Amino acid sequence: MSDYNFAYLDEQTKRMIRRALLKALAIPGYQVPFASREMPMPYGWGTGGVQVTAACLTPHDRLKVIDQGADDTTNAVSIRRFFQRTAGVEVTERTAEATVIQTRHRIPEHPLTEGQILVYQVPIPEPLRFLEPRETETRKMHELEEYGLMHVKLYEDIARHGEIATSYAYPVRVEGRYVMDPSPIPKFDNPKLAGNPAIQLFGAGRESRIYALPPYSDVVSLDFEDHPFVASKADHDCDLCGAGSSYLDEVITDDRGSRMFVCSDTDFCNSRQAEGHRGRLSTEAA
Amino acid sequence: MYVAVKGGERAIDAAHAWLAEERRGDPAVPHLSVPQIREQMALAVDRVMAEGSLYDPDLAALAIKQARGDLIEAVFLIRAYRTTLPRFASSRPMDTSAMAVDRRVSATFKDLPGGQVLGPTFDYTHRLLDFALLAETGVPPAPTAPAPAEAMPHVTGLLDRDNLIEPEPRCDDAPGDLTRSPLELPADRALRLQSLARGDEGFVLSLAYSTQRGYGRTHAFVGELRIGRVAVEVELPELGFAVEIGEVELTECETVNQFKGSRTEPPQFTRGYGLVMGQSERKAISMSLVDRALRWQELGEDFTGAPAQDQEFVLSHCDNVQATGFLEHIKLPHYVDFQSELELVRRLRAEATAASCPKEAAE
Repeated sequence: MSDYNFAYLDEQTKRMIRRALLKALAIPGYQVPFASREMPMPYGWGTGGVQVTAACLTPHDRLKVIDQGADDTTNAVSIRRFFQRTAGVEVTERTAEATVIQTRHRIPEHPLTEGQILVYQVPIPEPLRFLEPRETETRKMHELEEYGLMHVKLYEDIARHGEIATSYAYPVRVEGRYVMDPSPIPKFDNPKLAGNPAIQLFGAGRESRIYALPPYSDVVSLDFEDHPFVASKADHDCDLCGAGSSYLDEVITDDRGSRMFVCSDTDFCNSRQAEGHRGRLSTEAA
Repeated sequence: MYVAVKGGERAIDAAHAWLAEERRGDPAVPHLSVPQIREQMALAVDRVMAEGSLYDPDLAALAIKQARGDLIEAVFLIRAYRTTLPRFASSRPMDTSAMAVDRRVSATFKDLPGGQVLGPTFDYTHRLLDFALLAETGVPPAPTAPAPAEAMPHVTGLLDRDNLIEPEPRCDDAPGDLTRSPLELPADRALRLQSLARGDEGFVLSLAYSTQRGYGRTHAFVGELRIGRVAVEVELPELGFAVEIGEVELTECETVNQFKGSRTEPPQFTRGYGLVMGQSERKAISMSLVDRALRWQELGEDFTGAPAQDQEFVLSHCDNVQATGFLEHIKLPHYVDFQSELELVRRLRAEATAASCPKEAAE
């Protein structure tokens, strides 16, 4: 029972996934149905991303796995271990050194480069799902480029709240054609989707869909001329490395309202601290 | 300070070790063997095989042991194992009319060729806790009868001979395979039945129940319910004929449903079908009711908006491994998304307060 194929999936399955990936890259933003397999981790926990990563990995790859931007969150640890066990590939926490990065909910702060692959775990691949629950309908809407409903939703947000009240999984339009769900990344990360030199692959296991952004794709976050898209983050600097431009997690530190803000990207934060950057709450022992 | 997400690796190792200990329970109590589970928890084993889509009582029993009796977790273990298995052949269609039955009842005819066989059922037991089982001492042998020589034709076949039930034309097309290709909607009946056969027993039961209470009513009679062993035959190309490779236990339910007829067709009964691996009457009957409810379109009935009629709703939600995974994933960290929501709510509240502030200041 211990001798699974390299990266767990059998070669036929990998070939099927690679075909779906190629199709997805050829039609950026289009959701390609694929014969998702039952993986030894639960649906909704990254089975799509894991299958895409398994289909991409070669023995010479160096893999990084993050969840919420961090390498040491439990599910990231679990997925990294899965590939260490089944593929024996080298792993790293350094964004710049990785050839394949599997991520949940974040795009790393460190700019990606050509030759890198970023694999997103996707829970609900259909950007129109919460406007129209039926797959048969949403597929038709994509076919007909019928995206009016999405604009109405964004408009209603503005009418009610004065701004577009979507803060993550913010819909984008790819190459002027398909509206795409960028997975639940904060909208802060949306600008990094566009013109990215890396290959970006999206895997939704439970929903059996794969989609992709080839390098340097044109990706536009939906907005209106008088209400342009704004990438937002907490209005603070990182309390550990002092970075002012990275996405921050808010950590509650006591029950009297104290809190600190730290980079959600742990590799970015650690690298800055190693370079000597300090934040408000840095311990000088480091 | 700031330790919340650190140490994931050590936490996972410790959690696994603790789980192993909890699974074993009090070491002073003898451990359960897999054969014990297979023999004495047979209906749990059957459910795991049915929803796991893998007929292997020993592996299902092992999965139940490993899952501490959590059957959906056990189904998950079996499914994950199943994907790694090679497929070396497809069997010939199984002939359930040649079933060696343990149980066969019809609710539509008092007696029929082959007779009614009650079999090992809970049906007429009084549900009183049997405290004697606390100190089980052995079971006296049950009475036996010689196997009936008479064939047991399907009740629906008898109705079909008189054209009283819709014909089920033979179809030699290879059915689709949900586990090898993504589900595309609308799905044909074979695919729907496949999905229901591995669907969650509780979910299918509730849907079937809802049709009985009027949400997509189908007026079902249990034409026949049979449980027993059926031979599995495989055609070997080298030999040019079929070889029996084993047998599996199945539960089959055929319902006979009302159909008013139309201008062009005189009234005729219609069919609902359920087939489940192992012994599970509840699941087989439920499945046949839901199958019938899903056939509204081909039978020219009205869509009343009932959940059991809506194939996209039923097929997208009946798989408990998918459902439990996605449901439970919300306990994974979502700090990043929550943080963006937190900022949004704070900003919207600040704007709202600023807008209403001048009034408050005046008071």
